[in-house]
Amino acid sequence: MIVRILGEGQLEVADDELETLNKLDRRVEAAVEAEDESAFSTALAALLDGVRRSGAPVPADFLDDSDLILPPSDATIDEVRHLLEGDGLIPG
Amino acid sequence: MMKRISTIFRAKANSALDKAEDPRETLDYSYQRQLEMLTKVRRGVADVATSRKRIELQRNQLQSQSDKLTEQAQKAISVGREDLAREALTRKSALTGQIADLDAQHSQLQGEEEKLTLAAQRLQAKVESFRTRKETIKATYTAAEAQTRIGEAFSGISEEMGDVGMAVQRAEDKTQQMQARAGAIDELIASGALDDASSVNRGDDISRELEAMSSQSDVEAELAALKGGSPQAIDAAPETPVIEDTPQEGSPQEKGQQA
Repeated sequence: MIVRILGEGQLEVADDELETLNKLDRRVEAAVEAEDESAFSTALAALLDGVRRSGAPVPADFLDDSDLILPPSDATIDEVRHLLEGDGLIPG
Repeated sequence: MMKRISTIFRAKANSALDKAEDPRETLDYSYQRQLEMLTKVRRGVADVATSRKRIELQRNQLQSQSDKLTEQAQKAISVGREDLAREALTRKSALTGQIADLDAQHSQLQGEEEKLTLAAQRLQAKVESFRTRKETIKATYTAAEAQTRIGEAFSGISEEMGDVGMAVQRAEDKTQQMQARAGAIDELIASGALDDASSVNRGDDISRELEAMSSQSDVEAELAALKGGSPQAIDAAPETPVIEDTPQEGSPQEKGQQA
C-alpha cells in the first residue's frame, strides 16, 4: 500500500504492516480525544517512524493516490482536528 | 483515524478540480494550476531563506555584542573592578538567552527550507509526469474515452497539490510568526537597549567607566616612566591596550551620547 506522510511524500509499505500501524494509529487517536498534547506527539512520532522504517519512498514521478494519508510530523492536535474536519487544506 | 483523514483529504483535494465541458481541456487547465503551484512553492523556499538570513544577521549582531561584554568583563577584572565585570556578565547572560532563542528559530527555518525544497522537487517530477500523460491522453482518446484516464491522472497529482499547498501554508505561518519576533529584536538592537540589558538608556556605561580608568592608568604609567627616566617606557605607553568604545551600528542614541 501507498502511505503519504504530509509534508514528506509517499512511501510504499508492505500490506502486512497495516495491523501494526493501526495499533499505533489508535494511540494517536486516543491522545487526540484526551487532548493530551505530549502523548499525542509521542504517539504520532511512533506512527510516522513505523511508516518510515517499514516503507520505501516511491519514485519522484510516481503519480497515484495514497491508501493512507498521515499528518505532518510536527502537527498539533488542533491541526489534526482540522484535517479531520476537512479544514485547513489548500487544494490545488 | 488515518483512514478518516485520508478520505477527507482526498475528497477535498479532488473537489478543487474544475470540470470543463471537454475533459481534455480540464487537463490543460489543471496543468496550468500545477505550474502555478510549482512557482508558489519555489517562492515559499525563497521566503523562508530570506527569514533565515535575517535571523543569522541578528544572531551575529547579538554575538558581537556578547563578545564585547566578555572583553569588558575581562578588562574590568584586570583593573580590579569586580562590580563592573559582574554587570557586564549579567548583561551578557541576557543576550545568551536571546541568542539561544534565535538559534532554535534558525534551525526550525532551516528544516522548513529543506522540506519545501524537497516538496518542490517532488512536485516538479510529478508535474512533468502528468504533462506526458496529458499529451498521451489528448492524442489517443476521444473526449468520451478520455474521462476515466483523466480521473486516474488527476487523483495522484491533486493529492500532491493538496500536500504541497498545505506545506507552503504552514511554512508561511511559521515564517510570519518568526518575522514578528525578528522585528521586535531589530527594534531592540536599534534602540540600543540590548547594549545595556539591565536598564534602558543608560548607554554603554561600562565602556565609559573602563575608559576613564584606563586613561587614568595610562597617565599613571607614563608619569612613572618619566620619573624613572626611561624613554622606552614612554614609547611603549600608547601601546597599552586602549579600551575600545566604538559606537554600535544602528544605535544612534548611543552615538549621540558618546559624541
